[in-house]
Amino acid sequence: MRKNRVPLSLRIPAPSTRPGDAPDFSGMVVPKAGTVERPPIDVSPRAIADISYSLIRVMDDDGKAVGPWDPKLDAALLIRGLKAMILTRAYDDRMYRAQRQGKTSFYMKCTGEEAVAVAQTLAIERDDMCFTSYRQQGVLITREYPIVQMMNQVYSNAADPLKGRQLPIMYSSKDFGFFSISGNLGTQFPQAVGWAMASAYKGDDRIAISWVGDGTTAEGDFHHALNFASVYRAPVILNVVNNQWAISSFAGIAGAGESTFASRATGYGLPGLRVDGNDFLAVYAATQWAAERARSNHGATLIELFTYRAEGHSTSDDPSRYRPADEAKAWPLGDPIERLKKHLIARGDWSEELHQTAVKDAAEQVRAANAEASAIGTLGEGQGPDRGTMFDDVFKEMPPHLRRQRQQVGV
Amino acid sequence: MPAMNMIQALNSALDVMLARDPNVLIFGEDVGYFGGVFRVTDGLQKKHGLTRCFDTPIGEAGIVGAAIGMGAYGLRPVVEIQFADYIYPAYDQLVSEAARLRYRSAGDFTVPMTVRTPYGGGIFGGQTHSQSPEALFTHVAGLKTVVPSTPYDAKGLLIAAIEDDDPVIFLEPKRIYNGPFNGHHDQPVQPWNKHPASDVPEGHYTVPLGKANVVREGSAITILSYGTMVHVALASAEEAGIDAEVIDLRTLLPLDLETVVASVEKTGRCVILQEATLTSGFGAELAALVQEHCFYHLEAPIERVAGWDTPYPHAFEWDYFPGPRRVIEAMRRAMEA
Repeated sequence: MRKNRVPLSLRIPAPSTRPGDAPDFSGMVVPKAGTVERPPIDVSPRAIADISYSLIRVMDDDGKAVGPWDPKLDAALLIRGLKAMILTRAYDDRMYRAQRQGKTSFYMKCTGEEAVAVAQTLAIERDDMCFTSYRQQGVLITREYPIVQMMNQVYSNAADPLKGRQLPIMYSSKDFGFFSISGNLGTQFPQAVGWAMASAYKGDDRIAISWVGDGTTAEGDFHHALNFASVYRAPVILNVVNNQWAISSFAGIAGAGESTFASRATGYGLPGLRVDGNDFLAVYAATQWAAERARSNHGATLIELFTYRAEGHSTSDDPSRYRPADEAKAWPLGDPIERLKKHLIARGDWSEELHQTAVKDAAEQVRAANAEASAIGTLGEGQGPDRGTMFDDVFKEMPPHLRRQRQQVGV
Repeated sequence: MPAMNMIQALNSALDVMLARDPNVLIFGEDVGYFGGVFRVTDGLQKKHGLTRCFDTPIGEAGIVGAAIGMGAYGLRPVVEIQFADYIYPAYDQLVSEAARLRYRSAGDFTVPMTVRTPYGGGIFGGQTHSQSPEALFTHVAGLKTVVPSTPYDAKGLLIAAIEDDDPVIFLEPKRIYNGPFNGHHDQPVQPWNKHPASDVPEGHYTVPLGKANVVREGSAITILSYGTMVHVALASAEEAGIDAEVIDLRTLLPLDLETVVASVEKTGRCVILQEATLTSGFGAELAALVQEHCFYHLEAPIERVAGWDTPYPHAFEWDYFPGPRRVIEAMRRAMEA
């Protein structure tokens, strides 16, 4: 040890609470709703760098919409959004149970994060292309993709549009502007940028939108996407769903303790908006801003949706092993469905009775779809996909070596 | 027809496709204004415009990732990875994404992308500018892997690759960009214009993927090779005075097994030649296939001649490179067995 030097020490970030502790969000800074400015869409990213360290919020504690980010949406659109969130939650609950019943191998819920996919899908156009991660099933539900088709995929049955090839929940539908989900994290981010570059190259008016989680921001593809999006001014919205947890790693392991994820944008010359992800109106408004900016050839925006993963990472995960059991209930930004419900009731466009009816209707819709899908088959039961198709679509035309292998399978 | 070297032939293929199909666009590191470090994209930006052929940040995963998104949109991107040795950062995008997108989306999304990349040694490139990673791609379900050995084939195969609706890894043997190379590094360099395959039509034509070429007919022994090694094989056959049949595979996947089997059944002997490291190389796959399909015709054990299982050593390049001496030794072993 040289003189006058202190021994170096290695810091390993750790959350302030673990199982057995009381949840503690006392260190979380939550600005009051309505306090963040709404800049013009052609603003210089540097000029609004402070937004990436703040939090865009529209709904105040009483459920009233306040401040410049209020998107001033009509009741019909909000009710549509609320019902899509309710349906997403009902679908998740049903599929989670189905996995526990052995009807499929795997499932992932988005409980507590419904506003992200639903509000964002409503804020873009129907023909914009979505490159999602595995927790934006709300996109398909909002675009009214048939729930039964989602279930057929989850059950890998004879009607599975993906022919039994994909892990449950890895949906794909070009017709619904929904890009095939990958299990490899973050790969969709530069792909979305490429799709957006193609749209710009062709003089199209469609934009791309993509989502990754807080953990995935550590992947190289996150950097490539932001860099390419900036260099080529691609018409794309890049979202980081910061739900605080990457399986068992708290967001600090991805670097959240040193800076915000939204602030990553500034170094690339992109605007970074940090948004209360459980505030439907704020999520909608920020996305609308980014979409207008992209559509006006001002390029990409990075949006951090600050939210909380209320349940496990997947059916293979048990969050009680690494975080306080009741942390979700203590989340200071509440539940997205409850908050939009309160807002709609406060403005006189909704009621407890209507809400209960909507919840019941969603459960019934999911029940009926599940009966239909289950009647076809579930994983390993009933009618499965045609084994004869196992060798299709590796290439457009089947080469000789695959034909020989198919013969060996005997199909 | 003008005599073209392989660089000019590849440039001509790209030029033809840019003019023919507005959905074709080219990008990669240094490919735009400058025209690429090996000059393959020379003049294309000036002729076809900034958005048709442009420079990218140094980020191979970003280049391939963006190309996949463009392919999903409906474009037909042709990207350059400056050296095959630099392709590994893009490996996840190639293996997990491009290769599988058609399959995992049940044909809904496809990636009609061509990834061009110079490979192979013999240019004193050291271990990071000399590798032959073809087996890393032939091992992946959903990728096609193509290796030309002449200017004529290079142009025809590249056009076929660009027009193909699946992702194609197009490996360009950089040692023979400017002239065929028979493995005798101490002999003067030969230019392409003395070789018949430098007669390259200016317009559009294709050399189909999945079709091998019998470049030398013979009855005593079959040599399977591709890329630079085709020329080493031809020289070795002449020098050894052995009536060898030399097959240029041209496409490694899908493989033209029919041509391979027909030849080995005729000759009864087989030498497999690759520049890549020996272990788990594409030659191992070829040896297994020949054994499975031609066992009762074989008169001798199958021989493999390959790069050693070391990184490509700068100062020992010609000890590493599987040149004519080693090929002839292998042929003689197979003949005498």
